[in-house]
Amino acid sequence: MKFAIQVNSSPTHSTSGYAAYQFITAALAAGHEIVRVFFYHDGIYHAAGYATPPDDELHMIRLWSRLARQHAIDLVVCISAAQRRGILGSDEAKRQNKQDDDLAEGFRISGLGQLAEATLLADRFIVFD
Amino acid sequence: MKKYLFVLRRPPHDGVRTQETLDIVLTLAAFDQSVSLLLLDDGVFQLKKGQQPEAFGMKDTASIFKALEIYDVKSIYAEIESLQERGLKRRDLCLPVQEYHRKDIAALIAAFDIVYTG
Repeated sequence: MKFAIQVNSSPTHSTSGYAAYQFITAALAAGHEIVRVFFYHDGIYHAAGYATPPDDELHMIRLWSRLARQHAIDLVVCISAAQRRGILGSDEAKRQNKQDDDLAEGFRISGLGQLAEATLLADRFIVFD
Repeated sequence: MKKYLFVLRRPPHDGVRTQETLDIVLTLAAFDQSVSLLLLDDGVFQLKKGQQPEAFGMKDTASIFKALEIYDVKSIYAEIESLQERGLKRRDLCLPVQEYHRKDIAALIAAFDIVYTG
């Protein structure tokens, strides 16, 4: 089955992002396909490449980067939600005359059309709020 | 084409939540999808007349709801009990809604392909 996933809260605010991650790894292990993971609202903080949690805490962002590397999962951060919160990719930073490159490895930044498309391609769409 | 139902359960001006959720609604409408809204619990406050969100630095999201018709957003449903529990009457809302009793909500939701709660 094809799943589209949306993550709505930040790694520090709730464990729903980790629940999404666990769901995705379980779905992949069972032979399902993940069409896309879309990070929206405060969920965009999952892509904050400079986040540096203490060593004895879960490093959610690193888990996503590894997942993208190992399974070629499409991790998309909503551009308008990210801009609103100060997370800019290098291209967008240049356009805004800012020096910034905040996205962690494996993430890309794009628009809500990517979410719409993912929900159309998938058999199931699950929001982790 | 898929049929989307957005179930809104939060009050307006809960940060930028409403604005960002309505952005998804507008995007799907621009993709020519069938989109409807269901106001539940505090979500019924979304259409309350006379909001003054500018007083605390927020945008007037009720006006975005009024623009949804232009984007062919099919229907706005509201749960009758949610309205009653909050003392809201039809005349308190800035848009007409189709009212459903709590006992009929499950059947309403079942008619959609994708149910989004935000």
